[in-house]
Amino acid sequence: MKTSTGRRDWVHYYFKSTSGVIGLFLVLVMVILSIVSALNLAPIDPLEQNPIDALQGPSGTYWFGTDQFGRDIFSRSIDGMSRSLSVALLSVGLAAVVGVFLGVVGGFFGGWLDNLVVRASDVIFAFPAILLALAIVNSLGNSWIDTSIAIAIVYTPIFIRVARGPVLTVKEMDYVKSVRVLGFSTPRILIRHVMPNVLAPIVVQIALSLSWAILTESGLSFLGLGTQPPDASLGLMVSEAQALASFAWWTLAFPSLFITVVVVGLNLVGDGLRDALDPARRSSG
Amino acid sequence: MGFLKRLASVLTTLFGISVFVFVVLRVIPGDTITSSLGIETGVLTPEQIDTLRAYYGIDKPLVGQYLSWMASFLSGDLGFSYSTGAPVWDLTKSALLVTMQLALFGTILGVLIGISIGMFSARKPGSARDFLGQFFGLLALAIPGFVLSTTIVTVMANKFQYFPNGYEYMTPFEDLSMNLQQMLFPSLVLGIAVAAPIMRTTRSALLETVDKDFVRTAYGKGVKPRIVRLRHVLRNSLIPIVTMTGIQFGYLLGGAVIVEKIFALPGMGRQILDAINKREYATVQSSIMVFAILFVTINLITDWVYRKVDPRIK
Repeated sequence: MKTSTGRRDWVHYYFKSTSGVIGLFLVLVMVILSIVSALNLAPIDPLEQNPIDALQGPSGTYWFGTDQFGRDIFSRSIDGMSRSLSVALLSVGLAAVVGVFLGVVGGFFGGWLDNLVVRASDVIFAFPAILLALAIVNSLGNSWIDTSIAIAIVYTPIFIRVARGPVLTVKEMDYVKSVRVLGFSTPRILIRHVMPNVLAPIVVQIALSLSWAILTESGLSFLGLGTQPPDASLGLMVSEAQALASFAWWTLAFPSLFITVVVVGLNLVGDGLRDALDPARRSSG
Repeated sequence: MGFLKRLASVLTTLFGISVFVFVVLRVIPGDTITSSLGIETGVLTPEQIDTLRAYYGIDKPLVGQYLSWMASFLSGDLGFSYSTGAPVWDLTKSALLVTMQLALFGTILGVLIGISIGMFSARKPGSARDFLGQFFGLLALAIPGFVLSTTIVTVMANKFQYFPNGYEYMTPFEDLSMNLQQMLFPSLVLGIAVAAPIMRTTRSALLETVDKDFVRTAYGKGVKPRIVRLRHVLRNSLIPIVTMTGIQFGYLLGGAVIVEKIFALPGMGRQILDAINKREYATVQSSIMVFAILFVTINLITDWVYRKVDPRIK
């Protein structure tokens, strides 16, 4: 279905919103810092210990100060950010692919398969997210892939729900009925005619889920599950700062700031996309 | 949906939850003996291992294990803690009380903060005060509970030498004043997290209601603006706010896991974390099951309140 609003239209609309642009900027800064860290271009090795320089405040050498082992907090923060973003991307990617597939297929065909999918989502919805992630990581292990799988399982039902709803409406529409009568193959109908109509809410959901995934990942590593020392992770850094913050505020402030900035950014992007992709919301601003 | 149908659906979900908990916490981690005895397994003879396996009941087929777990769970026997030997149900009873109190206080604070800031914002959409309110909402959404808790602990304990959670936990029956002081910061942290979505919902619901004809009529017939805002506008915007509060309650129970750990409150969250660290699978499994039942019950209650608030919903 060709909507009245073309592609360029929503991009244009998105960039008219100040908060959307700010959000995109914040996320891009964090992504670039993560790439810098992933390419080993950080100013100081995040694992390098300099006991003589332990617990120094922010300076020209150590932009964010140092921790109890004299490790550079800036380098560790961007390293942790790159780890958080990797987990978020992998887990939300998995959740989106599996969830959208189950939601679209289940919603389109209905029947026992759909019933099973909905029941299974209800079960997962019956746990607070962090608790479920905790239980799964506890069983799987502490690697970043295990963490990602755990978070993916937690957020898959949201994508099932987001994808399934519109499919239920769209499949009753005349244009879908008519292509069915024309004898088009089911995969073609699903991909060419049904998917475009569920894409907008999914895109919004991806942005918001990325922010939740980052909060869940940092929460898990704060609790000691997930990333293990000496590797850097934002949640773990905050956890270690509990004992240090009273005399070295920077150990707490900067990792906390990083988490907050990326989550604020992703939320602003999500809100901006929601407004830009949904013509009905545009008038209300 | 009829009550029976709803009950059946809840029971199916609970059954699903129990299977899920069983698979994730017993089948995936493998042999409970190896996990709980750790290194010592190496020095046990095969006969001793078999005896232990029989003692813990993990020599039976999985379906049998599941059924016997469910049978004892339903009869109130949640197993024993390996390290202390105490029945898990005894630990759970007192832990549940702590978590419920925390969740209740958190929700009350969240609703108070959320609705006030939502009303504050909605008075003049697009103004500086609206911007301020929305900025609060965004920050409350983005600052993780563990960051806020750690900051509060640091500032309170070091700058003001005030840290009631440093003392032994008191139940409200032992020492009410101490209990309330110990609950203050943790419920504030949870309340702020919950306030963010409640604030957003309140704001948009109010803005929608303000344009309605009956509001204009109320102003027109000379009702005081403050009364119109409370009795006409807020009252008619309550449904989305109640729904959002219910949804957030679940989030709050999750948040309680982290907050209880930081503020040393002996609630469900801390019980589960401690059991995970000590590899006490029976405790983890039963506690998580209890937690999920609590969560499903709260959702049912929310649903019921929701119907009471709006008689239009059948």
